[in-house]
Amino acid sequence: MQHRIASPIILLVSRFITPYIMLYGFYVIFHGHYGPGGGFQGGAILAAAVLLIRIVNDPEVYEIHFKSSFGIPFGAAGVLIFFGIGFIAMVLGGNFLDYSYLPLVGLTQADVRSTGILLIEIGVAFAVMAILVSLYDNLLGEENV
Amino acid sequence: MKYFNYLIIIAFGAMLIYASLGLPQRGPASEVASQETSIAGTVLPSAYYIKNAYRDANTPNMVTVVLADYRSIDTLGEEVVIFTAGLICYMLLWRKRKNAA
Amino acid sequence: MFSELFLEYYDYWFIIILMIVGMYGMIMKKNLVKKIIGLTIFQMGIILFYVASAVKWKATVPIYTPSVPNTEIANYINPLPHTLMLTAIVVGVATLGVAFALLIMIYNRYKTLHEPELLERMK
Repeated sequence: MQHRIASPIILLVSRFITPYIMLYGFYVIFHGHYGPGGGFQGGAILAAAVLLIRIVNDPEVYEIHFKSSFGIPFGAAGVLIFFGIGFIAMVLGGNFLDYSYLPLVGLTQADVRSTGILLIEIGVAFAVMAILVSLYDNLLGEENV
Repeated sequence: MKYFNYLIIIAFGAMLIYASLGLPQRGPASEVASQETSIAGTVLPSAYYIKNAYRDANTPNMVTVVLADYRSIDTLGEEVVIFTAGLICYMLLWRKRKNAA
Repeated sequence: MFSELFLEYYDYWFIIILMIVGMYGMIMKKNLVKKIIGLTIFQMGIILFYVASAVKWKATVPIYTPSVPNTEIANYINPLPHTLMLTAIVVGVATLGVAFALLIMIYNRYKTLHEPELLERMK
């Protein structure tokens, strides 16, 4: 692959703006209970932040940021978080994915379900972010250009 | 062959326009999907979701509750679909990446 | 008659235009990438159709606020189509990635994405 020379303005602006995009992604994930948002949208915004670094920089820089071999394992981890929450609820006596059986003491049943929804959204966001980055790496990675 | 393709598209458009004449109007509360019970007398799921989502999960956003609580198996299957798509993409292209490296 | 036909149904006309444009791209274009773009436009038409079916006049977004009672279902629009289309969009992106992976495989093997040429080389 031929070496890309990015303009210093693009480098600077992308480095400046990426943390704020990530912060906004986390806001969208964790504010999904009270406004428009949730795991899918927040995961897509996080993936946008990672992909911005990937578009601008060379492989030796973005491999430090998010290793391209981490995409598939992180996606599997997201699916396993989702499945594990449901499985814990099933082991503790409820139905599969019945969050009111999660072992959280001191909360009402509705609050336990709210927390279960939050954990699920984190798993979804994890999987969506990792899979989108993995798709980009596989389709447009350094050897494929 | 080209005219046949145009014919397919025109027939498709005519079919869609004809079908849209039978669709319900957009918006009025008398529409079937906005009712509380269906024609058969059972409670429609969207009415149940609107009434009970906040009480059941203490979460104001009904879309989140429907997505992650009432229809969580649906979401789990859909996340597995995303993961499978990423895995397929990786398995289709990793051998070439290794050869090129 | 005309105002009723226009105001109550006009979203369907735009959705029909989108779907016809997508169908045109899928059938008439010879390049496989353009066919996939047509497929995506078609998919967007269907997603807009589902989202448009959720609307109710004088209703608010499906986020509970205590000042709007949720005992009356006419106060909130239908949350179910929004949920279904939320998942459909993400699945659409994932399947789009698989489609492009297959296109990369085809290009590496036959060195073209133009359909008649591709059929010629596959013989």
